[in-house]
Amino acid sequence: MSWSVLLTKLSEGMLVSVEIFVLTLVFSLPLGLIVTFGRMSKNALIRNITKLYISIMRGTPLMLQLMVVYFGPYYLFGITLPRSYRFLAVIIGFVLNYAAYFAEIYRGGIESMPLGQYEAAKVLGYSKSQTFFKIILPQVIKRILPAVTNEVITLVKDTSLAFVISVSEMFTLAKAIASAQRSTIPFMVAGVFYYVFNFVVAYTMEWIEKKVSYYR
Amino acid sequence: MKLLEIKNLKKNFDDLEVIEDISLDVEEGQVVAIIGPSGSGKSTLLRCATLLETMDSGELIYVGEKAVTTVDGKAVYAPPKDLKRIQRYFGLVFQNFNLFPHYSVIKNITDPLISVQKKSKEEALAIGRELLKKMALSSKEDAYPYQLSGGQQQRVSIARALALNPKVLFFDEPTSALDPELTGEILKVIKQLAAEKMTMVIVTHEIAFARDLADHVIFMDGGVIVEEGSPEEVINNPQHERTKLFLSRFE
Ligand SMILES: Nc1ncnc2c1ncn2[C@@H]1O[C@H](COP(=O)(O)OP(=O)(O)O)[C@@H](O)[C@H]1O
Ligand SMILES: [Mg+2]
Repeated sequence: MSWSVLLTKLSEGMLVSVEIFVLTLVFSLPLGLIVTFGRMSKNALIRNITKLYISIMRGTPLMLQLMVVYFGPYYLFGITLPRSYRFLAVIIGFVLNYAAYFAEIYRGGIESMPLGQYEAAKVLGYSKSQTFFKIILPQVIKRILPAVTNEVITLVKDTSLAFVISVSEMFTLAKAIASAQRSTIPFMVAGVFYYVFNFVVAYTMEWIEKKVSYYR
Repeated sequence: MKLLEIKNLKKNFDDLEVIEDISLDVEEGQVVAIIGPSGSGKSTLLRCATLLETMDSGELIYVGEKAVTTVDGKAVYAPPKDLKRIQRYFGLVFQNFNLFPHYSVIKNITDPLISVQKKSKEEALAIGRELLKKMALSSKEDAYPYQLSGGQQQRVSIARALALNPKVLFFDEPTSALDPELTGEILKVIKQLAAEKMTMVIVTHEIAFARDLADHVIFMDGGVIVEEGSPEEVINNPQHERTKLFLSRFE
């Protein structure tokens, strides 16, 4: 196989990896906030269910979670889903997993906020939701950005786990080519691709961190 | 006219009795100074009066409107929409400012006007700029709180409270977090407000300031008012041993 074919194939795979990455962030970042609200709820039932959910998501391998999401409907309920469900299963698995991690990061940020900010807002007459979205959340985002950056970088590498249910992202393709060609070169090229991907991600996150560093 | 009436306020934190039984009236244009050792419940009193803390029993009335009444020995709060209206009667200046660090100086002042009082951006800006001028901070309009000295931050927080046009302004040790050389600028601002007949309730450790400025001085200790009256009476001629002991530490 020529280099150009290899690079084209891997680029196609990379596109799928990027898709998984973007969709996961788009859904898990807001979902994480909702999970945090559940985790911090005054209602003990909601709080404990959310706690259990978070502990399962963080306490079991993501790879296993992807398999459960993909094979679960068949083995548990006998539902046969089309092959195209593979990609959806990956997104569902990633979103559920990452939302749990983001939720705990959000919670740490929210709990680190000084009480005085809530009190000042209350005395000034801000409503509860105004207080959260205008006063608290922007400051929380700034505080948690380094932790979020860590997760996002991990996510780039985690996209390769989609290979367990044979979604043709970059790693899956690299593995297929490597075994067909009896060569390790595709893996190395994939490694470079992941590195470049992460370089762009890290650069973007740094840019965002700079954006919010206008205050202390 | 009475702007604020507190009647038989009681407040416990679990087993700790923090406010035993306090009543106090504030007339329009009056400056009330509250002094007393730390831990005597001064902040808790202000926090109950500004609805940051819920009282166990007692009455809280602003401009004749009841925020809290007591039924069968238990405090009953007015419905939220009434409290929201009553909330507009008072403002609070915190010891540690509590400015919003992600908002510029001017936005700290204008945002509540826009978000809470639904004023137009132009109107809010006009009010904000006027107040910054009064606080001698016009040049800091676009600065962020971290770029200001403690004294400047406290002046912004006073401006932020004044912008909402409260009838009563509470101060909880407004100079305690400041370096000694910066307390003067805050006291000067409060003096100016007193000259303009702003109604204020000030918790302070600045005894000389309280004597010069207050119409009424309250000495609190152990969750009760031990002694109150004119500055002449309470500060110059205290009757109670506890007051004398407390004041002797400032001589
Ligand atoms: N949220 C709280 N929970 C428990 N105890 C409190 C709380 N706030 C204040 N206290 C206690 O109440 C007493 C009075 O406190 P405070 O009103 O802050 O006094 P001051 O402002 O006069 O120094 C202190 O003993 C303090 O420890
Ligand atoms: Mg205090």
